[in-house]
Amino acid sequence: MSTSTISHGHNEHFDSYGKKLGMWLFLFTEVLLFGGLFIVYATYRFLNHDAFHEGSAELNLVVGAINTVVLLTSSLTVALSITAIQKGNSKRAFNLIVVTILLALAFLVNKYFEWHAKYDHGLFPGMDHFKELSTGESQFFFLYFFMTGLHAIHVIVGGILLGVIAYYIKKGTVNKDRYIYLENGGLYWHLVDVIWIYLFPLFYLII
Amino acid sequence: MSENHTEHVVDYKFNILVWMDLLIFTLITIEVAQFDLQDLTVVVALLVASVKTFLVGSYFMHLKFENRFLQAIVIGVAVIFVLVLILLFSDYLFFK
Repeated sequence: MSTSTISHGHNEHFDSYGKKLGMWLFLFTEVLLFGGLFIVYATYRFLNHDAFHEGSAELNLVVGAINTVVLLTSSLTVALSITAIQKGNSKRAFNLIVVTILLALAFLVNKYFEWHAKYDHGLFPGMDHFKELSTGESQFFFLYFFMTGLHAIHVIVGGILLGVIAYYIKKGTVNKDRYIYLENGGLYWHLVDVIWIYLFPLFYLII
Repeated sequence: MSENHTEHVVDYKFNILVWMDLLIFTLITIEVAQFDLQDLTVVVALLVASVKTFLVGSYFMHLKFENRFLQAIVIGVAVIFVLVLILLFSDYLFFK
């Protein structure tokens, strides 16, 4: 850690490494949040294997796959944005963040239509069709709405954070010499991507 | 104005290669799920997802270029999570 406390730019107390470490510690609490839900999923699935199979068959694989590609691509644009700012190309970094936010919106629009179809079928917890489901299937759909919903909230928060960071890049506060906010925003965004990497096969693919 | 944290610049091209790998693994996981491999299906899906996570963590999140301490705590968190899952299922399988 000795390499990290050297001063940086105008402010001698600016500690990029500390900020990054703090971000990682925060990401660990996110792992705790989603990890608990994945454990609940694993348990219910173990107890109601066939019902989870049937529930999974009702989800739209194509929409899920498209959203996977959208999120993976948005992760790429954030990573490219960091490369751009490291090379001193703020304009390109800004544009790549804007593309990322547009991809986040595309993800949410997809999610909206997907949820809407399930809602129309009365599969939202508490609705008529949901109440008639077997225990296992109702557990599946409860977890589906809860986990993808919590994930969607993270996409919204991540999008807003990236918007603020884009503003900072435009203003010059985030620049070639000091881009830890962009890095931390990127870390959050990649975590959101990683969570989806597990959600996708567990809900849409599992047979 | 020297570099503060010893930053490694991941080239544009390299990032795009990682992204292409991620897409290929996504395709693999969808294709494999079409076959009924019984209990293996979930194992294969989780393994592929973990490879993808490793790629995102190593290159997009720059963990490959971070110092040992940061790498160690991230690996530690992953190991603890896997241990919790193993303990949970050892319990279930024992009392099945």
